[in-house]
Amino acid sequence: MKKVATREAYGEALLELGRENPDVVVLDADLAKSTKTFDFGKHFPERFFDMGIAEQNMIGTAAGLAAAGKIPFCSSFAIFATGRAFEQVRNSVAYPHLNVKIAASHAGVTVGEDGGSHQSVEDIALMRVLPGMTVFVPADAVETRAAVRAAAGMNGPVYIRLGRPGVPVLHEQSLDFKPGRAIKLRDGGDAAIFATGIMVSMALEAAEILTGEGIGVRVLDMHTIKPLDEAAVLQAAKETGAIVTAEEHSIIGGLGGAVAETVCASHPVPVYRVGLSDVFGESGKPAELLERFGLTPARLVTAVQEVLKQKAAL
Amino acid sequence: MATQEEITRLEEKARQLRRHIIRMTGAAGSGHPGGSLSAADIVAALYFHFLCLDPARPDWPDRDRFVLSKGHAAPVLYAALAERGYFPVDELLTLRRLGSRLQGHPDMKHLPGVEMSTGSLGQGLAAANGMALAGRLDGRDYRVYALLGDGEIQEGMIWEAAMAAAHYKLDHVTAFLDHNGFQIDGPTRQVMSPEPVADKWRAFGWDVQVIDGHDMAAILQAVEKARAVTGRPQMIVAETVKGKGCSFMENQVGWHGVAPKPDEVERALAELA
Ligand SMILES: Cc1ncc(C[n+]2csc(CCOP(=O)(O)OP(=O)(O)O)c2C)c(N)n1
Ligand SMILES: [Mg+2]
Repeated sequence: MKKVATREAYGEALLELGRENPDVVVLDADLAKSTKTFDFGKHFPERFFDMGIAEQNMIGTAAGLAAAGKIPFCSSFAIFATGRAFEQVRNSVAYPHLNVKIAASHAGVTVGEDGGSHQSVEDIALMRVLPGMTVFVPADAVETRAAVRAAAGMNGPVYIRLGRPGVPVLHEQSLDFKPGRAIKLRDGGDAAIFATGIMVSMALEAAEILTGEGIGVRVLDMHTIKPLDEAAVLQAAKETGAIVTAEEHSIIGGLGGAVAETVCASHPVPVYRVGLSDVFGESGKPAELLERFGLTPARLVTAVQEVLKQKAAL
Repeated sequence: MATQEEITRLEEKARQLRRHIIRMTGAAGSGHPGGSLSAADIVAALYFHFLCLDPARPDWPDRDRFVLSKGHAAPVLYAALAERGYFPVDELLTLRRLGSRLQGHPDMKHLPGVEMSTGSLGQGLAAANGMALAGRLDGRDYRVYALLGDGEIQEGMIWEAAMAAAHYKLDHVTAFLDHNGFQIDGPTRQVMSPEPVADKWRAFGWDVQVIDGHDMAAILQAVEKARAVTGRPQMIVAETVKGKGCSFMENQVGWHGVAPKPDEVERALAELA
């Protein structure tokens, strides 16, 4: 399957938006080549602002641009855009509900060799907790383009989580992407895997393996973490009674947290969260790190088996 | 004044650090050679002439401290720590590997001799200030050195720390600015100019010297002078060349965060022999 990094797709989508809408402006913090805002900067130099290594100032400036009618897209690594500038995002962007889009790359452990200081496994939680913030975690290039366009088209703050490595292109160009609407990629009645970002393709692989064992697994692509598709979550809770969540993020506060909160509130069933178990990342090759932290199809298979045991024990 | 012999010894140490930087990043296949090479002379002067340390007791309370605020230059720090005896020199080749103590950016939790975990730019100077404040409270006379990048000082927190160090009269803090003129997106003057740097630090209440950051005698003299300053923190603006010592890397923005390939490692080592 063809592989494209979501950050690459972001760079292309920005260029497209730049041509269509003169109000789209882009800010970066000395990482334009990595976040892929560089091409936008080349084509629209007057609408591109490299703020230097100053993420807080980047977010604050974007707030001002948005308050004056522009549609700013801000990019840096996820750890710096959401972590370093968190309080600026909260008080200058989310609190006044300004039209700022934060598109951050190098999320998760697939950053690789740079190590734990650079691997954001908290950003979904940080952004999800903010009232009015939309949170997109695209699984592939097609979804990234759709999320970027949706973000530009809606009024209010949006966080888009992007990755460094190439990931399989799962979707057709004709994808019907609706913010807040999960995409069911596979049906099944025994258990459901809610996956986001790079874990979506792994969830499909796991479901394939489990089908071979006679276990029917539903796979949902959660490109939007907020607003969460609660209907899809509750439907799966009722119809399968066993849920696994999968994310390249801490199991605290991210997709797993959101799904568990929803299930607990309305229809409690066992929820098994796959992600980083309250630890930081570390240096290594992306593939080694995925293995090290259990972000693999094999791990999802055992997670489904685990949650099925819990369901049977009820 | 240091003798010519001592200067020559330190120059050879700096060359040795540079060879390690090339080998380590080459073996890792990733990492940041440019900003490690530009800082090699400063780090050699500190670790092999000034810092009062005991590698057998990394937590000795009276030791001098060095904070690598520009944490991506980890290779130059690791090379100095290994040469100083904190861990075997062979371990340098594990840089950035899964399970290595030599993380992509310095991790004080795992590697002895690392005084502060860094990598997120802009945070090291504040930590250095904290160490100096603690030293003052405890009646200890150790000094704290910090190394900052000229792109890094675009971070607002650097200037918050600059203000605090002067406010609290932290004369045991000596910072270096690796003024190599480049960051990732291009020359610092084009991306987000931090100039004029010396005037800014002076305006923030620091004692400021501007030196050639590759002239060992000048580095030694500047630190001696800084140590004699009382009542104020000291900034040594070191005019440096990014990629120094490896001709094809010098002043090339592309060598910020790219590792040399095997043939490039050979060429670089030949130049640094
Ligand atoms: C807070 C933060 N933002 C962005 C980065 C990514 N980054 C790593 S090195 C670098 C450029 C550093 O330039 P400079 O301080 O001049 O270092 P040097 O030239 O000495 O290598 C950037 C932007 C980071 N590590 N931390
Ligand atoms: Mg620099």
